[in-house]
Amino acid sequence: MAVKFEKISDGDYVLDVTGYVCPHPQMYTKKVMGKLGSGDVLTLTFDNPSSGESIMAMCDSEGNEILDRNEDSGVFRWRIRKA
Amino acid sequence: MANETKTADLAGQGLSISNLFSHKGNLYALAIVIIVAMGSIIALAQDIRWIYLLVYVWFGIGYGIFLQYGRFCMASAVRDLFAVGVPRMAVGMLIAVILFSLTAAIVKVLGVNTFHPHPMGWHIIIGGAIFGFGMVFTGGCASGSLYKTGEGNLASLLVVLSISFSQAIYVTMGGWFDKLAPASWTASAAAKNMPEELTVTQGWFDQFTAGYVWDLRGGQLSQQLGFEGDISGAFIGNALLGAIIPSLVVMIYLYLSAYRKGYLRRYKINVPRLGDHVRGIWSMITASRNTAIAGLCLGVLAGGHMWATGALREHYGIFNFGEMLANMGHTAGLSIQDTVFDPGYWYITTQEAQWGAWLLDKAGVQMTDNLFFGLENGIPNPLINAPGWMSIGIILGAAVIALSRREFKWKMPNLETATFAIIGGALMGLGARIAMGCNIGAFFATVTNGDLSGWVFLAGMAAGGWLAVKAFNWWIEWRAASDDLEI
Repeated sequence: MAVKFEKISDGDYVLDVTGYVCPHPQMYTKKVMGKLGSGDVLTLTFDNPSSGESIMAMCDSEGNEILDRNEDSGVFRWRIRKA
Repeated sequence: MANETKTADLAGQGLSISNLFSHKGNLYALAIVIIVAMGSIIALAQDIRWIYLLVYVWFGIGYGIFLQYGRFCMASAVRDLFAVGVPRMAVGMLIAVILFSLTAAIVKVLGVNTFHPHPMGWHIIIGGAIFGFGMVFTGGCASGSLYKTGEGNLASLLVVLSISFSQAIYVTMGGWFDKLAPASWTASAAAKNMPEELTVTQGWFDQFTAGYVWDLRGGQLSQQLGFEGDISGAFIGNALLGAIIPSLVVMIYLYLSAYRKGYLRRYKINVPRLGDHVRGIWSMITASRNTAIAGLCLGVLAGGHMWATGALREHYGIFNFGEMLANMGHTAGLSIQDTVFDPGYWYITTQEAQWGAWLLDKAGVQMTDNLFFGLENGIPNPLINAPGWMSIGIILGAAVIALSRREFKWKMPNLETATFAIIGGALMGLGARIAMGCNIGAFFATVTNGDLSGWVFLAGMAAGGWLAVKAFNWWIEWRAASDDLEI
């Protein structure tokens, strides 16, 4: 179980931190968002509920838009567009 | 937000009557509540005096419910601020401090406040820093690890176990570790004329306690500032000056340093006026509704807990639960003074140390020839350890609401997470013993009762947390490089 980060296509990335608890998901997300360009979209997968609160506040603070928030059996999949 | 699916609405749906039986989680949650209620009734039928222990159980469940509801974790308060620039949890924590300070003041005026101030010294900031460093790596503070255990997170359970056993070991360690105690501590400890069986000049923690901590003084602002009268002392001295004003100052600092820029950009305010900043601070407070609500409820609960325990002590004419246990015939595990750990308010780490010590004692390790267990806290059977049941209550309360919100999930730690949990938990245990408490006992319960040592602990915890965030970033860089992640 390792962190996965991939570029799917131009402007489309995925980060999977499933299985990790605080602070891994939010810190990896912060790091990846710093790498993306304006308008790029990140699909983030995680299963630590409390990280979601921090990531949401982080997006709000930095102006990044959360396009989708899905949950299935405790696994969260969010799509975030960088401002 | 373009498309919010069910996640966002779960919090609101969780406890509604119409949805009560709509998923298995609610049934499991209900089963937990029924089992605890039945256990409570059976205990009371045996002896009505178990009400004292049950107060801890049910307040624990209340804490667990609101901790999980608001994702309330002081590790997050410190870490997210430094790591990702999010003040959400720090603000929630300050709201809880303000509310608890007011309820604690009411309880003080009623004359049943159970709080005892902590001695002020360097140990608090050093212990706080070690605790803060460890808690960033474990991913949760002492109370946060309990509520996350209730969510099915087994890494958090490892943290709780590590805190338990590490503390039990630290306070009984002797041999080479005695060299850590300066001669002045040994001499001062020897002069305290403690009973011989406690071997007070052996073991670094005994010498630290009797030779250093006991020589320090502490107090509440109401006494230190010479307030005459319970009402002015409790509300102006302890609550307003000791907790509310410092909390508001920290909140303004958080707004200026971590929230203002994003708020002004979001609302396209180029030349902000005072009113804009006031609205910005209010926006910061209400930004995470659940955290703010949890802060309010935890503050009220913590005061209510103090009142309930204080009132029961008065009713039964006891100073400590150990006296009641002795009267009930449960003398095993009491200290040589017939006492057990019984803070009378929200506390986490000491009862966890007792769990570890009880198991080590059963394994044949000598655990009572020291001040911590032998003189003060005892090592009662976990079944009759009242604060221990409060911690179990936190786990159960968190499980109830996590199940109800469909957020309960058994989660096995991977090697990295398990290693961080064990090492970080051991650091939290060390920090908690040096500072004489954790984020609850040494910070939350102290600042809200006019004891400024809690703010010193917070400063240490923040410094340790800041350093740990730097270390964690280095770790992520290293992991990313070794895993060929192009982050």
